[in-house]
Amino acid sequence: MQPGFGLWQSGMKIGLIAGGVAVLISLIGMVEAFSQRFIISEGITLGQTLLLTVGLFASYQAARKTPGPRPFGRLANAAAAGLTAAAVLGFFIFLGGHLNLRKVFINASPLLFKLLTFEQELGPGICLLLGIGAAGGIVAGLFFLASPRVRKTLGAACGALVAMGVLQDLLAPTFALWGPLAVINDWLYEVNGLSLGGAVFLFAGIGSATHLWGRKGPAIQRAFGRMSPARQKTVRLSGWLLVALLLLVLPQILGLFLSEVLTIVGLYVLLGLGLNIVVGYAGLLDLGYVAFFAIGSYTIALLTSPELGFFSLSFWTALPFAILFGVLFGVLLGIPVLKMRGDYLAIATLGFGEIIRILVLSDFLRPWLGGAQGVGKIPKIAIGAMEFGTPQEIYYLILAGCLVVGFISYRLRDSRLGRAWMALREDEDVAQAMGINLVSTKLLAFATGAGFSALSGAIFATKLGSVYPHSFNVMISINILCVIIVGGMGSIPGVILGAVALVGLPELLREFAEYRLLVYGAVLVAMMLLRPEGLWPEAVRRRELHEEEPEEAEAKTASSPDRSR
Amino acid sequence: MAILIAKGATKQFGGLVAVDDLDLKVREQSIHSVIGPNGAGKTTFFNCVTGFYKVEAGEILFQGRSVVGLLPDQIVQLGVTRTYQNIRLFPNLTVMENILVGLHGHLKSGFFGIILSAPATRKEEIAAGEEARRILKFVNLAGKGDLLAKNLPYGDQRRLEIGRALATRPKLLLLDEPTAGMNPRETQGMMDFIRHLRDKMGITILLIEHQMRVVMGISETVTVLDYGRKIAEGTPAEIRSNPEVIEAYLGRGSAAH
Repeated sequence: MQPGFGLWQSGMKIGLIAGGVAVLISLIGMVEAFSQRFIISEGITLGQTLLLTVGLFASYQAARKTPGPRPFGRLANAAAAGLTAAAVLGFFIFLGGHLNLRKVFINASPLLFKLLTFEQELGPGICLLLGIGAAGGIVAGLFFLASPRVRKTLGAACGALVAMGVLQDLLAPTFALWGPLAVINDWLYEVNGLSLGGAVFLFAGIGSATHLWGRKGPAIQRAFGRMSPARQKTVRLSGWLLVALLLLVLPQILGLFLSEVLTIVGLYVLLGLGLNIVVGYAGLLDLGYVAFFAIGSYTIALLTSPELGFFSLSFWTALPFAILFGVLFGVLLGIPVLKMRGDYLAIATLGFGEIIRILVLSDFLRPWLGGAQGVGKIPKIAIGAMEFGTPQEIYYLILAGCLVVGFISYRLRDSRLGRAWMALREDEDVAQAMGINLVSTKLLAFATGAGFSALSGAIFATKLGSVYPHSFNVMISINILCVIIVGGMGSIPGVILGAVALVGLPELLREFAEYRLLVYGAVLVAMMLLRPEGLWPEAVRRRELHEEEPEEAEAKTASSPDRSR
Repeated sequence: MAILIAKGATKQFGGLVAVDDLDLKVREQSIHSVIGPNGAGKTTFFNCVTGFYKVEAGEILFQGRSVVGLLPDQIVQLGVTRTYQNIRLFPNLTVMENILVGLHGHLKSGFFGIILSAPATRKEEIAAGEEARRILKFVNLAGKGDLLAKNLPYGDQRRLEIGRALATRPKLLLLDEPTAGMNPRETQGMMDFIRHLRDKMGITILLIEHQMRVVMGISETVTVLDYGRKIAEGTPAEIRSNPEVIEAYLGRGSAAH
């Protein structure tokens, strides 16, 4: 076989997959729905961006996977991928023009075909599509061939453009809150999408900022490295202060709706940090984690709500009980599954999660827990006369909770217990052979995770003012697991990033809620294939050998060359 | 005198008798080898001593105390630690962390001490770090503490596994084929190292080994197993000339080299 033929083949293969994806997202109505939203006013819609991204990504992959060093081969392969993807979509349009696909696929509407053919006739429309496919392929190929700095610059600029366009509905009201900043609105945004001038300026601005950082960044870092330790500390400290200040004023900057989103993200960060100890550190795959969230919530409801009328404690008196019950149930549910590993553990804990929910729903516990009607009138949290009612106020409570839990996670990570958990994750038998007591170590992991989850549940209950059994279904457990998988197992910043990406973004894009699970699935598959370690993986720690003796350093250099394997 | 005594130890898997009525005495501060063809029950015996299997009949005594029925982590606390034939490190932990896990049983800090970073905890962590560095130096891995265990070359992984075992402060160290997969030079290094362990640290060594050069070179006593039974025991010289061993283990007409 000629190598040239092989080249084209690989590009076409990737193109076929991309074309299939493009047809799929058209058929399920995603393209049409997303076409309501303009990125650039009266110019480019989100639907078009989506299709273009699929094609560009495929072409980029084709260029990347082309064997051999010749740039022309890569370009040709990328173009082949783009053209093939467009051809598949073109064939679909052709079919749609001659058959009534709508009988089977309800989303294959005339409007969709009008969008896909750029409102042209069938023939010219498909030709235009093919042209765009090939051109896009070449652009993606060129992008691959460009230097990393150029790639970074263009990538950041395009990303910013899409993000600012998509988030217009959220950002515009936020800007409007700030008198002088409101000018930005008029200038950046039209009624629907970015204005052309705003888009150009944004692209150029973000692009040049990224470019500048790429050039000056290393020098700045080197300069920082040359500073005296004391000054380094000052700089670092002021950096942290800046972050702290930002966190403190964030809800005021962002306004009501975004603060609400932030509180939901915060609750997931709390949950994620807890599950991170169980799954990320100790490697115990727990799918019933929502149970402890429910226990925290219901303990608060039971102890504080006047509707039930058993106790009317304040939140702060009830909170220790909520956490205590969480921990207690963590241990109780941990005991039966001590000997289970992997899949079996996952299935058993999945059962526990459901048991708790069904118990709460049961008639037997109805007088206590309210059954399907739930419990209402849970009082707001108050410190003295200050009441935490609005999302902007509750944000601070959740922030405090996240800080405490994050700090505890961080301390545990580099301790005797953290190491025991991680040893357990790596090899349970050997961990035991090194003197680690499996029973107490596992139960401690379950208990700690459950305690964090109960804390999150407690805040959740007062935030809503009521609790219902259906808030605690198995999807919550799955979501939290996804958060830590996407963020990076065992990584604290990863959990935060994962919660923002998987919980925050879908809240912001509510109108696309229909496709939420689909996107979730796609993201998970993509993550497993492209970046299995997560968005922000746990770094290899560098700490012990800071105080490395010079003698040891010599031994290191002396011993490395003679070790042949 | 004897640090480890097995009396009539028997372990069966279904109908298969893996260890059959085994009597064994390991003298304190000796280097004692167990040899035998594949499937002779050597590793099974190790698993019985370290608590992963429970013998069905007979006794196993460590320093006069029965270890039958104890959990592996309890037996480690008594001072018996093992390594594995196919190296079993904690691959995604750093070299340093691997050693620190070995020290687990000797650290005492609890949950709240850790969270509050109590002075006792901090002191303990510093001391543990120092001890771990000392061990790394001893097993010739100084300066590699921050590498992930899985990224070490093979010989280093072997030595790290022994280092991790040393961190548990054993009195008796069970080594399962410590020179497997090593070239002659590395093998010689490992033999010197094992001798060094015994001489410098006073640790009793019980090892399973296939390479005759190693067995004959460093052991003071050799026990030969075949089908779970002990067929011979003695000094290397005695074993070398024992006709039964030559026939059963080394093969008919072979001469030991």
